[in-house]
Amino acid sequence: MKNTAGKFILKNFVKMVLLIFAVSIAAFALMTVSPVDPLQANVGQAALGSMSQEQIAKLEEYWGVGEPPVQRYLAWLKDFLKGDMGVSLLYRQDVAKVIAVKLGNSLFLMIIAWVLSGLIGFALGALAGMNRGKFVDKAVKGYCLLISSTPAFWIAMLLLIIFGVWLKILPIGLSVPIGVEASGVTFLDRVYHAILPAVTLSITGIANIAMHTREKMVDICESDYVVFARARGESLWQIFRNHGFRNVLAPAMTLQFASISEIFGGSVLVEQVFSYPGLGQAAVSAGLGSDMPLLMAITIISALFVFGGNLIANILYGVIDPRIRRGGAAK
Amino acid sequence: MEKNTILEIRNMNISFSQYQKGTKQTKLPVIRDLSLTVHQGEMVAVVGSSGSGKSLLAHGVMGILPYNAEMGGQILYCGEPLREKRICALRGKEIVMVPQSTSYLDPLMKVGTQICKGKKDPERKKKLDGIFRRYGLAEEVQEQYPFELSGGMTRRVMISTAMIEEPKLVIADEPTPGLHLKAAKRAMEHFRELADMGAGVLIITHDLELALETADRVLVFYAGYTLEDAKTEDFRQEKTLRHPYTKALWRAMPQNGFHYIDGVQPYVKDMPEGCPFAPRCEKCTEKCRGEIPYREVNGGYVRCVYDS
Repeated sequence: MKNTAGKFILKNFVKMVLLIFAVSIAAFALMTVSPVDPLQANVGQAALGSMSQEQIAKLEEYWGVGEPPVQRYLAWLKDFLKGDMGVSLLYRQDVAKVIAVKLGNSLFLMIIAWVLSGLIGFALGALAGMNRGKFVDKAVKGYCLLISSTPAFWIAMLLLIIFGVWLKILPIGLSVPIGVEASGVTFLDRVYHAILPAVTLSITGIANIAMHTREKMVDICESDYVVFARARGESLWQIFRNHGFRNVLAPAMTLQFASISEIFGGSVLVEQVFSYPGLGQAAVSAGLGSDMPLLMAITIISALFVFGGNLIANILYGVIDPRIRRGGAAK
Repeated sequence: MEKNTILEIRNMNISFSQYQKGTKQTKLPVIRDLSLTVHQGEMVAVVGSSGSGKSLLAHGVMGILPYNAEMGGQILYCGEPLREKRICALRGKEIVMVPQSTSYLDPLMKVGTQICKGKKDPERKKKLDGIFRRYGLAEEVQEQYPFELSGGMTRRVMISTAMIEEPKLVIADEPTPGLHLKAAKRAMEHFRELADMGAGVLIITHDLELALETADRVLVFYAGYTLEDAKTEDFRQEKTLRHPYTKALWRAMPQNGFHYIDGVQPYVKDMPEGCPFAPRCEKCTEKCRGEIPYREVNGGYVRCVYDS
């Protein structure tokens, strides 16, 4: 038993290292072929024109222009392996520090959205699946299809217009009130500012989770064991409690942890709309500004999150499903 | 002498609606005309080959047909019509079904909890312990999941789901496939016991030999029709049987010569006019193309124009 656990950990650790390695190469390769000229993007055409040749050469060195990509990558990798993620070219701060701040903001947002979309999505999906073809099902399905075919950033703008501009009950952006010292920002201020972006992320997240949960639930309701449960006189509620919930839980859990990647991706756009200073916004500015160390670090952290999510789902599957838990132990 | 009739099915028919070539909907009649009665303390076997739609009979009575199925005819339970509302109230209590395969057990629910439908009162637990002792199942089995059971154990667990109630009518859908002869016989004996305890038992099976060993009456089902309703004793010799198909079945049994007849059961979509067995019947004449009555002969029933 101990041996298998050790093997499991080792196997996944190797997988993780390989994944990060592959992701870093891909991200770096994409950055090198990107047509964005870091000097033009960050200094500007006008300013460049008025600079001397030496000044431009200095800037080029700072942004790494002209250096062979392989050499640049290897230098980055060497530092990264030592635990040094480098200095952000845009923020002129340690990447680790920048990420710590941004991630803190984003995590707050993403956890709210993740929990909300998971719980509400599961409930709606289960409800629709159990009542297939009835009004509830049609309503939930309609909602999901509508939302799935609507871009997240558009919903963000819509909510912004309604609640921020017309009704003026929620802030139009940022994560803290304007003109307040950092020490004067309360937790409630943060929650207040996170409501709109979190709700936007949830609205889109719910559709995905509800739709998948519904599909699973419909399958379960058509299964032989639910037919038999009906033949044994179990009510709809009993069927849900005894069979539906139990059987939909494992796939729903996988879905929930796999959806981390979607919340991550969605947050990039949503943070942009709400000028929310999170990881997503940092990724956009790092990409557009050719801030190689920062973008590499953000990419790797995102990959780690997604990998971690899937890993947790895998482990939980074994905990929930007796066929894996007991069956595996027997062998 | 007439014992109480528990279940009476009159002219049951079940059809599926199916989409063909896009939007054209066709009806697929799987059961065309099925009549039977089950009395108190009696074990009746419905025998038919695979794919003849026997399982639908059980699902039809229990009210658990899929949404695209339609059922006609009349079902009487204890003399009164068994409509949707009544079966919903009675199933799982007075009327129980014993399903066909392991897939009818929830893979994620422990066997004991599952038999008790998630209820945990000590009375049920005591009853369950009793049933398990009777069927020779160890108490640990209650804590196991369906995937950990052997075929024979699964069978006994599924019969236990019926025993935990107070059934007046037990419908068993193919209770023996996948079991070796000894286990299959034991399973049939368990149903016999249920009948001897006063319940009406309806067994749906393709195993004629096993049915003859334990049942009181045997109904022969072919291509959607009940062709014959005979007492088990009638099967002792060929001449007491009524329908040519039943006789062919009798002759096909190893101890009676192992003879077989050509052809297969017709598919639902290309059914012959009149008698469904006509294309394979040696006695077939023009008369067999018309309406065939289901009539009483020598205390049984037969759907044939000829007297045997």
